[in-house]
Amino acid sequence: MTKLAPVLSAHWDEKDSFTIEAYSRHGGYKAAAKALAMDPDAVIQLVKDSGLRGRGGAGFPTGMKWGFIPQGDEKDHYLVVNADESEPGTCKDTPLLMANPHVLIEGCIIACHAIRAKHAFIYIRGEVTHVVRRMNQAIEDAYKAGHLGKGIDVVLHVGAGAYICGEETALLDSLEGFRGQPRLRPPFPAIAGLYARPTVVNNVESISSVPAIIANGAEWYQSMGTEKSKGTTLYSLSGHVVNPGQFEAPLGITLREILELAGGVRTGHKLKFWTPGGSSTPLFTDAHLDVPLDYEGVAAAGSMLGTKALQIFDETTCVLRAVLRWTEFYKHESCGKCTPCREGTWWLVQILRDLENGVGTEADLEKLLDLCDNIMGRSFCALGDGATSPITSSIKYFREEYIAHLTNGGCPFDPVKSTLFVGANA
Amino acid sequence: MSYTPDQLQVMQSIIKRYPRPRSAIMPLLHYVQSVAGYVNNEGIELIGELLKLETAEVTAVATFYTQYKRKPVGEYHVGVCTNTLCAVMGGDAIFASLKDHLGIENDGVTADGKVSLEHIECNAACDYAPVVMANWEFYDNQNVESAKELVDSMSQGNPKPPTRGPNTLVTWKEASAVLAGINDGKANEGLQAGHSTLLGLNLSKEGK
Repeated sequence: MTKLAPVLSAHWDEKDSFTIEAYSRHGGYKAAAKALAMDPDAVIQLVKDSGLRGRGGAGFPTGMKWGFIPQGDEKDHYLVVNADESEPGTCKDTPLLMANPHVLIEGCIIACHAIRAKHAFIYIRGEVTHVVRRMNQAIEDAYKAGHLGKGIDVVLHVGAGAYICGEETALLDSLEGFRGQPRLRPPFPAIAGLYARPTVVNNVESISSVPAIIANGAEWYQSMGTEKSKGTTLYSLSGHVVNPGQFEAPLGITLREILELAGGVRTGHKLKFWTPGGSSTPLFTDAHLDVPLDYEGVAAAGSMLGTKALQIFDETTCVLRAVLRWTEFYKHESCGKCTPCREGTWWLVQILRDLENGVGTEADLEKLLDLCDNIMGRSFCALGDGATSPITSSIKYFREEYIAHLTNGGCPFDPVKSTLFVGANA
Repeated sequence: MSYTPDQLQVMQSIIKRYPRPRSAIMPLLHYVQSVAGYVNNEGIELIGELLKLETAEVTAVATFYTQYKRKPVGEYHVGVCTNTLCAVMGGDAIFASLKDHLGIENDGVTADGKVSLEHIECNAACDYAPVVMANWEFYDNQNVESAKELVDSMSQGNPKPPTRGPNTLVTWKEASAVLAGINDGKANEGLQAGHSTLLGLNLSKEGK
């Protein structure tokens, strides 16, 4: 049985955990002082040695990303933190910043020093007023305490409700004051990012993991997790479970283990399907309970670790309804720049809506798969790719359920049974 | 109405946060919402003047992002998450009942201007599903009855406090000012974390 390992979440249970006093009480900002006394290249090497990989979904090694920034080029460098958490199912950065915004600021100081940047921007989601308050206050307090303003500045930039801005190049366009639309790569942000300057874009959880790595060393971090997926991470369990919530554990824990900690699937029900890392990661079923939830394990089983957003659905849930709703989301959030995604997501919604209402034929399933094939990999960013994941995976595991909608002349499920407040006794 | 010298000074200070002025367009749009309640034409023209942009360029940005409203919303803007997980767990039922209860449709505002309603996408609180937001503050673990009571409290001008947020619910305009980066002094109010946020930590302290 894997043991939980709270590092990021270690002090969240203290009532004032978000204040600079509480953060300092637990050694806060000492890692920044230690890093600032180190050669920047040594900081990058330490983060490389730790094995830390991006926690925003892609899993790219953080230290390597920092190492791509050209040095001695006389240009301004920028650090941009992606705090625009909006992947359906994902709810880790928001509670992290509400409970401890200072760990992100300290991580920013260390990362800026490493990549020789004087400016960090935190692009935070706009639809979380209290988290914006906490983050803003924390930055003010960090300036007052002298942690910021002595060569490193942090600016909070508040988004305005566009999922696409969680994509790093769309985020940069948005931060520059344009509509948030992805850029063609190359050039990658490390060469031409914010204001066409070398830029590192990292997720909140990645940057927040850095202070503990500096304080405790690469070896300590390496001691947790699996061979290629090191350290601890936040798993967010939601949906039809007895106790949903945040679980910080070493990478490689399984859903079976987490479900046991959470009291299992909703009483009297059984697991039907789940996402390992948000709606853009192909669905899993009860056949995947023992897949190690690390980057390699989930990929080998045909999905992606993503944001570790474990959304659990029991047997009362219509998979077609779930997939249709996600598809409507992608259609709504498609920025419109690339045709396959802009047009394709509309087509997908139309066909899925018909199928949900029992209209169509089995050939429509092939049409859906063909459309997905024509969206996948054909746009500037991964939004369109993500839109295809729930469709292709649900057809793979639940083809009969799609067909049942046709033979039944509509959805065979009662939506009331899957709600929390009525479903419990249904 | 026109902007006071104090308000214009706030807008200048927002521009100064950035190495390049154009980057200030988003906080300026949030600020305009805090003054006018929505992004009106006057606000767009003013931002254009301040940033030396055409109004069309400002409008292009304003209309891209769903949080910028081009018509007035209620003093309390209610968002019901109807993305898959919340929808399945009760968000669809909550949204349907609130439309019926308030007598308005999606994007509608009550006649007294107190409450507006919108179905929203995943708001990063799935472990508290079904989730309702008001002026982008969290109302966790909602059901049909609790959501109706919530909007009733708003209609009566005495809104229930958020579950994870400040001690009292601020108005739409006040929330917009926070999103423009203005400190309202309420950061220390409210919980540091809800029960679901602490679940793993508490289990770990029990040796799990």
